[in-house]
Amino acid sequence: MGSLTIDKVKKSFGRVDVLKGIDLAVNDGEFVVFVGPSGCGKSTLLRIIAGLEDSTSGRVLIDGADVTVTPPANRGIAMVFQTYALYPHLTVRSNMSLGLKQIGTPAAEIDRRVTAASTMLSLEPYLERRPAELSGGQRQRVAIGRAVVREPKLFLFDEPLSNLDAALRVNTRLEIAQLHRRLKATMIYVTHDQVEAMTLADKIVVLNAGRIEQVGAPMDLYNKPANEFVAGFIGSPRMNFIDAAKLGEGQAKTIGVRPEHLTVDTGSGAWKGTVVHAEHLGADTNLYVETEKAGLLTVRIFGVYGAEAGSTLYVTPDPQRTYRFDADGKALA
Amino acid sequence: MSRATASLPRTVGAHAALLAYTAIALFPVVVIVINSFKSRNAIFRTPLSPPTSETFDLIGYTMVLNQGDFFLYFQNSLIVTVASLFLVLLFGAMAAFALSEYRFRGNTLMGLYLALGIMIPIRLGTVAILQLMVASGLVNTLTALVLVYTAQGLPLAVFILSEFMKQVSDDLKNAGRIDGLSEYRIFFRLVLPLVRPSMATVAVFTMIPIWNDLWFPLILAPSEATKTITLGAQLFIGQYVTNWNAVLAALSLAILPVLVLYLIFSRQLIRGITSGAVK
Repeated sequence: MGSLTIDKVKKSFGRVDVLKGIDLAVNDGEFVVFVGPSGCGKSTLLRIIAGLEDSTSGRVLIDGADVTVTPPANRGIAMVFQTYALYPHLTVRSNMSLGLKQIGTPAAEIDRRVTAASTMLSLEPYLERRPAELSGGQRQRVAIGRAVVREPKLFLFDEPLSNLDAALRVNTRLEIAQLHRRLKATMIYVTHDQVEAMTLADKIVVLNAGRIEQVGAPMDLYNKPANEFVAGFIGSPRMNFIDAAKLGEGQAKTIGVRPEHLTVDTGSGAWKGTVVHAEHLGADTNLYVETEKAGLLTVRIFGVYGAEAGSTLYVTPDPQRTYRFDADGKALA
Repeated sequence: MSRATASLPRTVGAHAALLAYTAIALFPVVVIVINSFKSRNAIFRTPLSPPTSETFDLIGYTMVLNQGDFFLYFQNSLIVTVASLFLVLLFGAMAAFALSEYRFRGNTLMGLYLALGIMIPIRLGTVAILQLMVASGLVNTLTALVLVYTAQGLPLAVFILSEFMKQVSDDLKNAGRIDGLSEYRIFFRLVLPLVRPSMATVAVFTMIPIWNDLWFPLILAPSEATKTITLGAQLFIGQYVTNWNAVLAALSLAILPVLVLYLIFSRQLIRGITSGAVK
């Protein structure tokens, strides 16, 4: 009870094509994350699924029913917004129950669902408060609660964590993951943060410039990126791209190595270089090494590594884990 | 008390300027009010002195209040002002919402067209308006005044309110749409409460010229039954003899209702002016 099919959806604002033909199938109960840089069309796609924006062409099907021209309220969806979008003049309870009241749900049923949702999100002490009296994290929980009480076929999240501070973001991320496990509902989540995407998703959809670059499980994208864009977008710090000509590699245009798949040694190795900058994070150390042969490389070392700017190091890639891309950016086998 | 943000000379200077302006702004009003409590001789002999026990006289007020129709004039003014204000705010806000919320062909042109009225005084069209009112049989009705004042107030209202409506979060409106609220409910329940301070600002700017207007009541509704207070007060100003006691009393009384309305809106108004300055 919550599958979604997107069929050749295109969207143009005037002459600008924001979405250039999106095809996607989401199965019941899946947690799908749309990820991509800003302006890639991920929010527009979510708004088309929600019915807040009309597509220029193409169809949207929820549970097999064509909802392309159905108003948002009748699509069986609920949405959580980046800015929370709580009704400022209503209490938490009324915020959560407004949608149900609109469709004439009996009061007892509304009460039951609000109680259940507020218990799940530990919001009981705040039910009679107004949004202005709540902290950012609490507001976002209310917004999630408002979505939960609707018992929708599809949950839509539009960058819900962007307005929270770093510590709250991790907590709320965990709550959303638990919510998905408990409700087993289909969720679609938009973010520009690849960490959120990797941690939450069953399936990640990487979008770039109005096109889907790759769809797959987080580890598939990490291990087998289809192209240079996905390889660079997934993983932090970013993958190193080296001009293949410099390394004397024939067929490939670019060679990619993730920072964590490089090892360093003070005595010997493949590429000699100088440390430009070192970031000591405790659990890992990020080194920026200017190598003679391969240019500037980011190296991620697990644990503490004592290296200072200016020291000389040899960097060696793990040959099993280098990626090769052709002139169009496509990954070569 | 010394603070980093204020120096004594600067504070004194600022207060001197503000007090001077206050004195200039209040002077005519104070003169009207104090003279309305004095006898006719005292008004001319010592116009600037407050009423003393000898010069104190309520003759102006008794004259005004005994001139039976005065309450009717008051009532007419109130009806016209409140009705026009209501219509200006309602239609102005609705037009502003449409202009700021919906993307449609000619949106900008329509906005400019609606704002054009700010630059063209409505009085230029007096003759045409009079002909229109005669043709539709509305001369000497309060409806005529309400219609004209609504038209007069709308351009500024649309202009100011659409700027404020653009600032209302899209997410909030979309949340309403997903919860199944109609566009009207979104407008009345979600957007209007959020732009309330700017509505108050528009209300004050709209209300005062309407209340004080002499032109249209004189031309469109001069009959005894439809006179407004400003027109009614002219009754006491003759070509040769002016009943100053009555004129001043009438003007003093005319200040009151608009003052009350202003106080109602002013709390909101201050928030309107400072909104956006602090989050």
